[in-house]
Amino acid sequence: MDLLNAIILLLNYIFVPALTYGSQLALGAIFVTLIYGILRFANFATGDMMAFGTMVTILITWYFQSIGISLGVLPTALLAIPFAIIFMIGYMLFVDKFVFRYYRVNKSPPVQLAMVSIGVMFVTQAVVRIIIGPSDRRFFDGEKFIIKAGEFKEMTGLNEGLAIKSSQVITIFVTLILVSILFWFLNKTKTGKSMRAYSDNEDLALLSGIDPKRVVMITWIIAGILATIGGAMYGLDKSFKPFTYFNNMLPIFAAAIVGGIGNPFGAFLGGYVIAFSEIFITYAYKKFFMYILPESMEPESLVQLLSTDYKFAVSFSILVIVLLYRPNGIFKGKVL
Amino acid sequence: MMGLIILVGIFQSWNVALSIFNMCLISAVMTMGANVQWGYAGLINFGLMGYAALGGLAAVLISVDPVQEAWRAGGFDILMCLWLIIVMMLAIRFILKNFAKSNFRTYGIAAIIIAGIIIIRVTAEPGIEAIEAVNPATTGFLGGFGLPIIFSWIVGAFFAAGLAFVVGKVALGLRADYLAIATLLISEIVIAIIKHEDWLARGVKNVIGLDRPVPYEVNLQATEWFINLVAKFNSSKLELISNVADKQAALNQLVIEGSSVFVKLCYSGLFLVVVIALLIVTQKALYSPWGRMMRAIRDNEEAANAMGKNVVKQHLLIFILGSAIVGIAGAMLVTQDGLFTPGSYRPMRYTFLIWVMVIVGGSGNNFGAILGGFAVWFLWIEAAPIALFLINLFTAGMADTHALKVHLIESVPYFRYLMMGLGLLLIMRYRPKGILPEKIEIK
Repeated sequence: MDLLNAIILLLNYIFVPALTYGSQLALGAIFVTLIYGILRFANFATGDMMAFGTMVTILITWYFQSIGISLGVLPTALLAIPFAIIFMIGYMLFVDKFVFRYYRVNKSPPVQLAMVSIGVMFVTQAVVRIIIGPSDRRFFDGEKFIIKAGEFKEMTGLNEGLAIKSSQVITIFVTLILVSILFWFLNKTKTGKSMRAYSDNEDLALLSGIDPKRVVMITWIIAGILATIGGAMYGLDKSFKPFTYFNNMLPIFAAAIVGGIGNPFGAFLGGYVIAFSEIFITYAYKKFFMYILPESMEPESLVQLLSTDYKFAVSFSILVIVLLYRPNGIFKGKVL
Repeated sequence: MMGLIILVGIFQSWNVALSIFNMCLISAVMTMGANVQWGYAGLINFGLMGYAALGGLAAVLISVDPVQEAWRAGGFDILMCLWLIIVMMLAIRFILKNFAKSNFRTYGIAAIIIAGIIIIRVTAEPGIEAIEAVNPATTGFLGGFGLPIIFSWIVGAFFAAGLAFVVGKVALGLRADYLAIATLLISEIVIAIIKHEDWLARGVKNVIGLDRPVPYEVNLQATEWFINLVAKFNSSKLELISNVADKQAALNQLVIEGSSVFVKLCYSGLFLVVVIALLIVTQKALYSPWGRMMRAIRDNEEAANAMGKNVVKQHLLIFILGSAIVGIAGAMLVTQDGLFTPGSYRPMRYTFLIWVMVIVGGSGNNFGAILGGFAVWFLWIEAAPIALFLINLFTAGMADTHALKVHLIESVPYFRYLMMGLGLLLIMRYRPKGILPEKIEIK
């Protein structure tokens, strides 16, 4: 019984939140890695592009709510996401046409493109804050919990409750579906294969007749989809605040590099690596040990490796270690 | 640029103009630091925030009086920890030197680090708690050395240089954009530590009321020579007032205004000395054989390496030098504000904005760096009034209660990001070398 309690405790406080957070990071990390692999620069505007996509989702959600459309138990935002994606794709292609294309055509060094992306970051951030303001916004509606902690306790008769929020389940499901479609696309379709070929060796790909313009366009379209869904999922699960999205850029970068930059599958797993290690290392295991150890051995302190204040620091330290020992990431990305 | 600041002085107030001028000087120092790394050597450092914060930390540790009680309560534990960290470092160094590279060695080092962290946490815990319990509302930290704050400008440079040495050793081998990301993340770690280790500098509880290197306004207002000085400056204005009581009141008002202007002028003088000294040194360095070598390394690493230049060592050196300059700027900033607020160190303000200054001003040109610091900071401050003016101009036809107009006016502060971003994009596109491009004259 105590063992079951301990397992439920870990599930509730570590496993479910980490899986959700990891999925959100994974979507962002695939976004970073795709841009890096195909357009060959580190996109510092990642977080703010996600914030932009989320903002559009929120605005459309508000519109739907005002005219009375809803999905019942599911959040209205799910209905708004497809429209937001269309808008976001337009935005991405617009930015590419007026900003990034010039440098790509001129074959500028990657550092210059990264600098330009900082300019895009400033502008996007400004636009988001001017339109929707910098404050915290929640746009989740519908049924909040799938299992409530209290109900779970009654059902099973255990001491520990397991609460699962519907936003968590939606996040994990959407991520899995989206990522499977993406991998199917990259590995099985002709366009996906041409994208991978382009990422592998640009000159060879051009020689074999791959149209670079098309590859770049499709990359931005996928980027738009990932940014919108990743951002909206984070916003649904937690809340929307432009500053947090900007900060999320850092663990997302960490996830992409840990997984091996340029490698979408690595980025996907990297998201979970970062999320799980952040939560594993900063969780206080006192209660867990109280369940599994006999009473005489119960710990007095919190049994916490690092205080939760250092949550971000954990993922960055992992990144630094990976950069030192396996510079091309755990899953062999591009060599630095 | 100076003309613009003088215009602010005439139209807004001299106080505002001088505070903008002082911040411009500090920004110029930071930009020069980044420029030394980027312009001279092509090293991209997105960790400026961390070095600036370390400079600020130095200002606190130098100027605050030591808290005796806290030292008695937990000083021993902290010193013990410091000692443990040094022992751990030496052990790792010893292993690195004496054993060949193998999996066993890697795991051994990892084990030492993990064990070390656990031991340090166990030793430090009671000490930290004791220190933080000492009068938590006002102190709750170890305090500093109680020296004049001006020394912290040098100490801040050393702090930043120390961090840069470690970061450089770890990260300088990476390719440019990875270096950018790695330095950005490391600077976030530094901020996290400063924010949450309350025993060091009170963390997010902030340290306020730091000593000043210049006189206080209140003292000035009571000093004889200063009142006479103000009276002398404004004698023509004062003579117009015939009533003695009115005259005295007007003089008092002038003295109060004058005192804060005078204090800011003192700061300007100090900062100007630093800027000019740095400018002379960096200009000399740029035209020295060393500067020539750095440019050679920047433009073609392999060729420079083939000519027998030690690229790794020079990169590390210039990374340390540039970071030290940023550290000085960080200490100057805290000196001017008189308070240390770790929560205010955000990458937007202390890393990306400084980079905008470097790119806009002109990388590789020290005058360009200073110009960038001045122009961008001026825009950053004056963006809100400019945006307000533009909004009012374009929405002149709308009623004052129109939802769009009200919304736009509410979000005026964010137009500065828009201006910075657009400025950066335009400069990158049409003048990629900056306003004052690099110009090397071989004499």
